[in-house]
Amino acid sequence: MTAALANSLCVGMMHLPSTGERRMATSERATEDLDRRLCVLMIDVQGGDRHAYAEVLRACEPVIRRAGRRAGVTDDRLNDVVQETLLTLHHARQTFDPSRSFLAWISVIAQRRAIDVMRRHGRNDRREVHAPLAYESHADAGSNSDRGWEQSGRVKILGAAIASLPDGQREAVERLALREQSLTEAAAETGKTTGALKVNLHRALKALRLRLGGESEHV
Amino acid sequence: MSDVTSLNPGTNGLIADLVADLQPVKRLPSPWLRAALWLGIVVVLACALATVADLSALRHRLMGAPDMWLAVLGSTATAGLAAIAAFQLGLPDRGRAWALLPLPGLALWLGASGLGCARTWFLPETHGPADGKDCMMFIIGLSVPLTVVMFAMLRRGYSLYPSLAGAVGGLAVAAAAATLLNFFHPFDAAITDLAVHATAVALVVGANRLLGGAILAPRRRARA
Repeated sequence: MTAALANSLCVGMMHLPSTGERRMATSERATEDLDRRLCVLMIDVQGGDRHAYAEVLRACEPVIRRAGRRAGVTDDRLNDVVQETLLTLHHARQTFDPSRSFLAWISVIAQRRAIDVMRRHGRNDRREVHAPLAYESHADAGSNSDRGWEQSGRVKILGAAIASLPDGQREAVERLALREQSLTEAAAETGKTTGALKVNLHRALKALRLRLGGESEHV
Repeated sequence: MSDVTSLNPGTNGLIADLVADLQPVKRLPSPWLRAALWLGIVVVLACALATVADLSALRHRLMGAPDMWLAVLGSTATAGLAAIAAFQLGLPDRGRAWALLPLPGLALWLGASGLGCARTWFLPETHGPADGKDCMMFIIGLSVPLTVVMFAMLRRGYSLYPSLAGAVGGLAVAAAAATLLNFFHPFDAAITDLAVHATAVALVVGANRLLGGAILAPRRRARA
């Protein structure tokens, strides 16, 4: 699609120069230019242009973060909002109408996704308590300090059980439980969100507990 | 523009996956146009039914009871407004407030039908023989093809409120079916008729709400 035709489709962004507009702040004009550029790029995206798509997705990231912050999402969960919104954009790209503002479109979607993320975490926070120290220092009434892991051979059993876990769960156990990395460190190295790591660790511990019949509570 | 290196590694990976998965798409027409198209299908169906209906008896009946005109007007308006609202709700950037759009038509429909009930209550001789089972079968039977078309069209969009979009689409379907029922409803609505119609409409709306959650939900569609 030619640039001239694409520009003419983005009629929502067209403006006639007026005295008020000439006085418009530079930042507002830059936003308007970005909006029009993204609108033109989205027309190419709908046509299947991958370079345009990569540019649109990268340009969306700060816009989504701003919308997420405005909705009240904390910084550690903004990545979840960014990823959910980009996925929504991908599946809903055919619904974008070039006669409307792209930035308004993506901001509304990001705001809705931010609310979804807050609801989901709110439910998890009500059900679960993240207290790794309390978990580790909990005294097990059935434990026997005279009998070590090495003597009972349970290291091998535990090792085999961990090795049989799905990749994501095994990675969470190895990094958070065995190497004692913080959630932030593990997230930075794996590229996963802290939420995803917590969920994987929780599922892994549950699976190990089931598999080892109570012995895994020593993990 | 944000530099790619400044993005979170997970976001970078996701962007690479999405770019690799990109396929050309056909831009969705406006929700107004899609609603008009769906209503056009209803009009075609109405024309087909009109060829086998007794139109002179229908005209005579509607002239004899003005509240029936209002009830037909109300159900027609409900079908139109609910279709517009459903297609608006089928887009990810539209608010839930669109679900309120059919309320004026619904109020007129219920109000006029209630007026007809009150008249037959006080003047029972104005009411003819009722067969609630046939009415219910007509509304539900006609709702099936209209629902199939509605969902085939809604699926091309992407709703963040799939159950609500399904329920409002179901209201459009049920109202359209109830409007077309007038071709073959040779008597005014009594309380029992109204209860049967309301039950059929509620069943269609409820079934469409469930279908919306099952068919239009973003997560299920992403996996498909």
